[in-house]
Amino acid sequence: MLLDGLYQEIILDHYKNPHGRGLRDPFDGEAHHVNPTCGDEITVRVSADLGDISYDGLGCSISQASASVLHELLEGKDPAAASEIHHAFVELMQSRGQVEPDEEVLGDGIAFAGVAKFPARVKCALLPWMAFKDAAARAGVDVGVSPEVKA
Amino acid sequence: MSFDVERVRKDFPIFEREVNGHPLVYLDSANTSQKPVQVLDVMRAHQERYNGNVSRSVHTLGTESTEAYEGARARIATFIGAASPDEVVFTKNSTEAINLAAHSLGQMLRLGPGDEVVISEMEHHSNLVPWQLLCERTGATLRWFGISDDGRLDESNLDELVTERTKIVSLVHMSNVLGTVNDVTRIAARARSAGALLMLDCSQSVPHLPLDVQALGADLIAFTGHKMLGPTGIGVLWGRLDLLAQMPPFLAGGSMIETVTMAGTTFAPPPARFEAGTPPITEAIGLGAAVDYLTGLGMAAIHEHEQTITRYALDALSSVPGVRIFGPATIEGRGGTVSFGVDGVHPHDVGQILDALGVEVRVGHHCARPVCSRFSVPAMTRASFYLYTTTAEIDALARGLDQVRKVFG
Ligand SMILES: Cc1ncc(COP(=O)(O)O)c(C=O)c1O
Repeated sequence: MLLDGLYQEIILDHYKNPHGRGLRDPFDGEAHHVNPTCGDEITVRVSADLGDISYDGLGCSISQASASVLHELLEGKDPAAASEIHHAFVELMQSRGQVEPDEEVLGDGIAFAGVAKFPARVKCALLPWMAFKDAAARAGVDVGVSPEVKA
Repeated sequence: MSFDVERVRKDFPIFEREVNGHPLVYLDSANTSQKPVQVLDVMRAHQERYNGNVSRSVHTLGTESTEAYEGARARIATFIGAASPDEVVFTKNSTEAINLAAHSLGQMLRLGPGDEVVISEMEHHSNLVPWQLLCERTGATLRWFGISDDGRLDESNLDELVTERTKIVSLVHMSNVLGTVNDVTRIAARARSAGALLMLDCSQSVPHLPLDVQALGADLIAFTGHKMLGPTGIGVLWGRLDLLAQMPPFLAGGSMIETVTMAGTTFAPPPARFEAGTPPITEAIGLGAAVDYLTGLGMAAIHEHEQTITRYALDALSSVPGVRIFGPATIEGRGGTVSFGVDGVHPHDVGQILDALGVEVRVGHHCARPVCSRFSVPAMTRASFYLYTTTAEIDALARGLDQVRKVFG
């Protein structure tokens, strides 16, 4: 079915069994993002050393699975590594399916390559990543400039 | 003569297309309706053969254009039972009609602290945010009716809500989320005795129900052309003529004036007073054609067809495991818009899987976030019907929901 590219097993697994979900204390930076067109929401908290990343939110399988993958990929990374992964994920999502994802960098995140072909869902996948970036900035961690996010 | 949905569908070229390899199943008419060839042809013919600006030229094309534009106004007036075509003000859409009313009434009533505006939790953002902003500008207080558990307007505190402090009551006639059709008889009577004006957002009712503004008890109503087989870019503010005549203009410019000097301006009577600038001429004429089409079939027959479809859909949806319907569970006092949730599956995912099967529904908060909050969900899935909807399409929706449950099972 056409949707196989979108609802990869990996995405459904992360959705059904999310990693690291639930907000934890203490934290150094927090950000709450909403997607005004669909009402999806996420709150992300990070510690200044990125040793703890916690989140909670309401949303579709894509945004929730994306948060779970973010947790798995970025927690415990140093800022340079986190920046690289963050950049690669955002770039993948904006590729309209034209970029071949690097599993070394993106791990389970490569399952989102199919999402990039559904413009209406790219925002869902990016929601946790944009919230993470803001939360990290508030914790004093700069994950670098991401490619411009276009709606 | 009974309503022949298959014949109706032949008038809508879009039903010939496929979506993702499946026949189009369009269940999003509350968002925007599809257009019959009769409307498309009239608009094309106007642009090709009669195009001229309205109310400004003595030449033949200008005269023909003006006649077509004013003719559309007259037919729309008849369609809603207006006392005169002058009661029909063309706007861009419902949203602009409501903003016009909010600005103009606020000024006319010299709204200020101590005054109250009453709306409801059931409103589309179009009939909510303009009143919020009006209250912020003027210092008036915004109050609202709640929603009952079964998705109806909670009128239990009517007497406390609508009082001599109330200057304006503005309510949705038919909810774009719950499908509820609000019987406003009691509220209209209360508003009248309190000396308040009553506005109704009829965006969802004028397209689907026989409606007579004289019987409705409202002072103003708003509706939008694209939800009733017409094009986008055209809507209507209807108002009682004596009220419109007292209201100050909203947008200013050409065509809305009586005389202009460098020192000051006097304004044209309604409806011209509220139609500044070149209006959407072709769109107004298209809406006139849409009204002709609806009148030809008969609004009572259309409504009856939609009731049949809605009853079928309520049955079909309630037999899908894990589906929860928001809003009235029976067809009494409701129209053909049904919002629901699928247990454990976010509406975005429901909508995506249905789309892969050619079934087009709307997902999200439907520009009525407080309604979703009222039922403690961030979003809903909505199927909405119209004169061209068939029971086979409802079956396709039900099959699609089985597929949703398989993917997320
Ligand atoms: C109840 C209701 N009010 C207002 C509107 C706004 O209509 P428009 O966007 O055409 O102004 C809509 C539709 O979107 C609606 O369903």
